[in-house]
Amino acid sequence: MSKAILHLRHLSKSFGALKVTDAVDLEILAGETHAIIGPNGAGKTTLVNQISGAVAPDAGRIMFDGRDVTALPMPARAHLGLARSFQITQVLPRFTVLENVALAVQACSGSSFRFWQPAGPEDALNAPAEKALQVAELASRAHTLAGSLSHGEKRRLELAIALAQAPKLLLLDEPTAGAGAEETRHLIGTLNGLKRQYTIILIEHDMQAVFALADRISVLVEGRIIATGCPQAVRTNPRVRAAYLGEAA
Amino acid sequence: MARAVRFAIDAAANALRALSFDQRMAAGLFAAMALLPLLSPVFGGSYLLLVGERAMIFAIAAISLELLIGAGGLVSFGHAAFLGIGAYAAGIAASHGLGTLSVALPAALAASALFAALTGAIAVRTRGVYFIMITLAFGQMAYFVAISLAPYGGDDGLTWPGRTLVLGTRLLESRTAFFYATLVFAAATYVLVSRLIASRFGRVLRGLTDSETRMQAIGFAPYPYRLAAYIIACTICGLAGFLLGNQVEFVSPAYMHWQRSGELIVMVLLGGTGTVYGPIVGALAFLMLEETLSRLTEHWKAIVGPLLVLVVLFAKGGIAGAIEAWRRRKMTPAQLLAELGRRAREAIARAGHFVREVTAASRQFARRLAASGSARLRQWVAVLRRWLDALILLARRGAAEVGIRAEPWKRALWRLLESVVLSAERGIAAALDRWRRR
Repeated sequence: MSKAILHLRHLSKSFGALKVTDAVDLEILAGETHAIIGPNGAGKTTLVNQISGAVAPDAGRIMFDGRDVTALPMPARAHLGLARSFQITQVLPRFTVLENVALAVQACSGSSFRFWQPAGPEDALNAPAEKALQVAELASRAHTLAGSLSHGEKRRLELAIALAQAPKLLLLDEPTAGAGAEETRHLIGTLNGLKRQYTIILIEHDMQAVFALADRISVLVEGRIIATGCPQAVRTNPRVRAAYLGEAA
Repeated sequence: MARAVRFAIDAAANALRALSFDQRMAAGLFAAMALLPLLSPVFGGSYLLLVGERAMIFAIAAISLELLIGAGGLVSFGHAAFLGIGAYAAGIAASHGLGTLSVALPAALAASALFAALTGAIAVRTRGVYFIMITLAFGQMAYFVAISLAPYGGDDGLTWPGRTLVLGTRLLESRTAFFYATLVFAAATYVLVSRLIASRFGRVLRGLTDSETRMQAIGFAPYPYRLAAYIIACTICGLAGFLLGNQVEFVSPAYMHWQRSGELIVMVLLGGTGTVYGPIVGALAFLMLEETLSRLTEHWKAIVGPLLVLVVLFAKGGIAGAIEAWRRRKMTPAQLLAELGRRAREAIARAGHFVREVTAASRQFARRLAASGSARLRQWVAVLRRWLDALILLARRGAAEVGIRAEPWKRALWRLLESVVLSAERGIAAALDRWRRR
């Protein structure tokens, strides 16, 4: 639990005059669950997008698992073991739940330039997919079309897809976004079962979830990390309190 | 003997049960087509086979386009270029004495694949409207290149020295043999494309259409998959071109014109995307419409156009979509017929209501018109009148074209159109009159 799996060095990104990410330095240690919190518009999702490769940074470096991945596109980073979920659900609506997850398995097992054998009955894809669905507690909905799932179930599907990639780092962008209180509690339970097996970056608004799950917390305000540390230290940090309560420190 | 027959029937039933609905529909369509040579002595003679061949050839092209539109989300507006490329490659080979199956067919496929690889490498980088425009541009490019191919007929097209030789024989010259050849190629295309869509590759292609972001996040770079799909689809369309050239023993730049590409898209939409049998139905329906309507009037496209608008508005999934909707409601054929009858009566009642509404509204409009007197309104009315005059002319010409000896219903149709337009015209004239008297 000492080696850094992800290392951000002086990462910067501006949209016009707005500095969304301002010289961010961050180390994520292997095995930890690291929460990134911050008020609305702090630049959390942009940071995740840079880590996953959806957005290119203006300056700085991203080291993942000992490699510089700054210039790699999103699919290449996924192959290195970086899986992410989306704040705004991104599932394949016309595929069943099982097929959604099986596609994630397919991405990291064998060539997809196979044109003749039907992929539906392929056990090498379905077995790991079913396992991921069980972990995400969605196995009972395996043959439902993803487009007709409830919102909470879609959030679980996002999680199952990420798990099926057998990732070295899980980037969860607000896994409980839009879920009800009951559903959120349930999801926290599921994530709690995962936190020792995976290295997780958790972007979250729900403080209950953050303090229940995180080993360490970084606080992002106006593109800058103003504090990093264990939950207790962050909770009592005066600058964090100021940022959240909107008063001068 | 009886046991053998029963065994065969059981085996066939089991095989049928193992097929998906899509496959059963396709099997039914192909089986019906296979019976066409038996029917031709009774109806239409060799003309029936000619239409059947054309339908199968365009079914191949439409299925290949469905791979792009339905599975890949890539609406190609230059697909017909590959009809021409396939036919030109084989025709040019034939004109140099290489019109054998072992040369002409591979030449047609290779030329299509090559052009697809070159243009696709650029086109597939774009999406949506840009993809439509760029494929249209490449298609027209191929069209103009064909026009400038002076050694091979240029604008006039290239007449083939004869049909492609199969193992040195003139097998394809036989009407029946050629018909079955197109049928076998169409069935093979269906099997190939439906397997492709269900394969690992097809899954990725469909996934990219559903959510490109999600697919990238799990590790699929879109470009190689889309390019491969483009090359495969265009090569299959090259096969259709090879067959089309063989059918008429001729190829001209007109094969590649963008209107032809548009017709291929219409076939896919009419039949229904998202299914593989849909494009076959679409090709059949489109060609049958063309056959029947073009005998009615040379302005048949003016009827197909509004019809397509109706399909897009009321049956989004095309014919296959409508079938799917009824299937989901699990109706027996008798119930279905009853339902269709009910709907037809409803539609007629609604149409009658609509006509009454329009009449009332137009009367009111005429009164308002009479009450007001703005110059702009007057202009609009003049435009409307001119337009109605043109319609009357069209209706009368249509009636004349059909001739006295035509079937009564055709004349009735034209007379109906004429009288509707005439009454509208009279209404407006009356309104104008009242207006002037004021």
